[in-house]
Amino acid sequence: MQIQDRVEQVDDLDRYVYHGRIDIPNSYSAGTVGSHFLTELRDKKIFLGMKCEKCNVVYVPPRSTCKYCFAKMDDSWVEVADKGTLLTYTVNFAPTAAQPAESPIIYGIVQLDGATTGFVHMLGEVDLEDLRIGMRLQAVFKPERDASILAVKYFKPLK
Amino acid sequence: MGNRVAIVGIGQTYHKSNRPDVSQPEMVNEAVRAALADAQLEAKDIEASFLSNMETFEGIYLPDHGMADEIGAYMRSGLKVCTGGTSGASVVAEAFHYVAAGLFDVVMVTGFEKQDCGDTTAAITAACTPVWGKGVATGAIGEFAKQALTYMENSGSREEHAAMVRLKADRGACLNPYAHLKLGLKSIEEILASGYLVWPLRLLDFCPQSCGACALIYASESAAKKMAQKPVWIADVETVHQEPFRAGSFGDPTGLETYTQEVACERVYKRNGITDPIKDICMAELYEPSNWEELNLYERFHFCEKGEGWKLVEKGITEIEGAFPVNPSGGVIATNPIGATPTIRVAEAALQVRGDAGPHQVTRDVHTAMATALGGPNWTVLTLLKRSL
Repeated sequence: MQIQDRVEQVDDLDRYVYHGRIDIPNSYSAGTVGSHFLTELRDKKIFLGMKCEKCNVVYVPPRSTCKYCFAKMDDSWVEVADKGTLLTYTVNFAPTAAQPAESPIIYGIVQLDGATTGFVHMLGEVDLEDLRIGMRLQAVFKPERDASILAVKYFKPLK
Repeated sequence: MGNRVAIVGIGQTYHKSNRPDVSQPEMVNEAVRAALADAQLEAKDIEASFLSNMETFEGIYLPDHGMADEIGAYMRSGLKVCTGGTSGASVVAEAFHYVAAGLFDVVMVTGFEKQDCGDTTAAITAACTPVWGKGVATGAIGEFAKQALTYMENSGSREEHAAMVRLKADRGACLNPYAHLKLGLKSIEEILASGYLVWPLRLLDFCPQSCGACALIYASESAAKKMAQKPVWIADVETVHQEPFRAGSFGDPTGLETYTQEVACERVYKRNGITDPIKDICMAELYEPSNWEELNLYERFHFCEKGEGWKLVEKGITEIEGAFPVNPSGGVIATNPIGATPTIRVAEAALQVRGDAGPHQVTRDVHTAMATALGGPNWTVLTLLKRSL
């Protein structure tokens, strides 16, 4: 790995600023529950939620422990819809390198039918002027899919 | 010192190099549930939650982000602590301050690292102090290679003495159900045959990269009286800091630097009437990234005279059945989930005080124990534990 840092002289008084770039490899385990959700999303194009029967909460994305009562939910899987309601949104016209989609990117929080929680994703096939909180949306899947939430290309308006 | 604070719950995960089966929150959740079970408490009983993890080691700028809800911290008070290698002990001290100040009665302290998610040496060298550090930082292995060289030069000890420390650690680790490396080492020759990692440090001379978590539950004195578990009292904590790259490294080659270990332990010994540490304290869990550093720490914590640390291990004094056992758990050289490593030192020392360490319980009765932490620019955090105050 090459050191990409450079020293810049910033004024006539021989003062310097050190410019760097931090390059750190990393991985992240999706975990037991997350991996099952992603497998089903990729292979069957379905969204699974984890339900706490006691608190009557359906978590999408799923988690193994209920945040309210701390119960273990490991096997309380429920299928939720691939359709939902837009809770809120924002439009990004100046994406960074960490946002690898074509600009403008419409980010939305979608509450899938059957889920208690919002699901953060992107919107497509929609004019910016037509965006409305409460609009109905439908997931569009990529033809080639990884075990990733980006197996979903975006959510489009439900006709 | 404020109100009295007891450890009333102890839990840890097993430790290994890779845990692809669990996400970070799922792994930490295992330790949290273990501590709750040990304390016979439920998550709703915890008023505040304090977390330790190394920023950037897993490539995440907020390691606690996306975790609070799954580790029983949802809507709780608390914070995440990162002070480098000492994080897992700084968080022990920080949570102690809150309970000692009377702000909470029952809190949880959790340390974790999932090192299969990152590259520790890349993080240390890439995200270190610019101007004076970046470009010349070696990471921990290089630092402790320098320490080993300095110690060898100054003490007259031989590689055999470091190997004795390694044998002792492995003996403990093999008795500890939670330890990571359980190698079953038989002889000094076996250790001296292991290849060099960075001369003069051999592969077997240095700690592994582990995934794991450790959780402690504290109670105030009034709350502890109602708890099911035997209390282990936190008698004292101390943290001592300095700057890196201008001070000496872990083994000071100038001979002119003040060691944070000495400043820290002298404060703790003075406050607690400890005049002869290896008699007044019954055992210690030291943060020793390498066997060579353990020898150095014996001297810095005044367990022996300067230059004589190697004699303690040569005489078997620091063995499990010795007069002053050190790291019966196997220590850091066997298990190193960084953000949890100092928390584990406190957990293991507390288990010794409780008499609950199981197969690696030391022979000597432990009424007082010390846990140490070391990190980044040779910072020191100490925790002194007692069966009664």
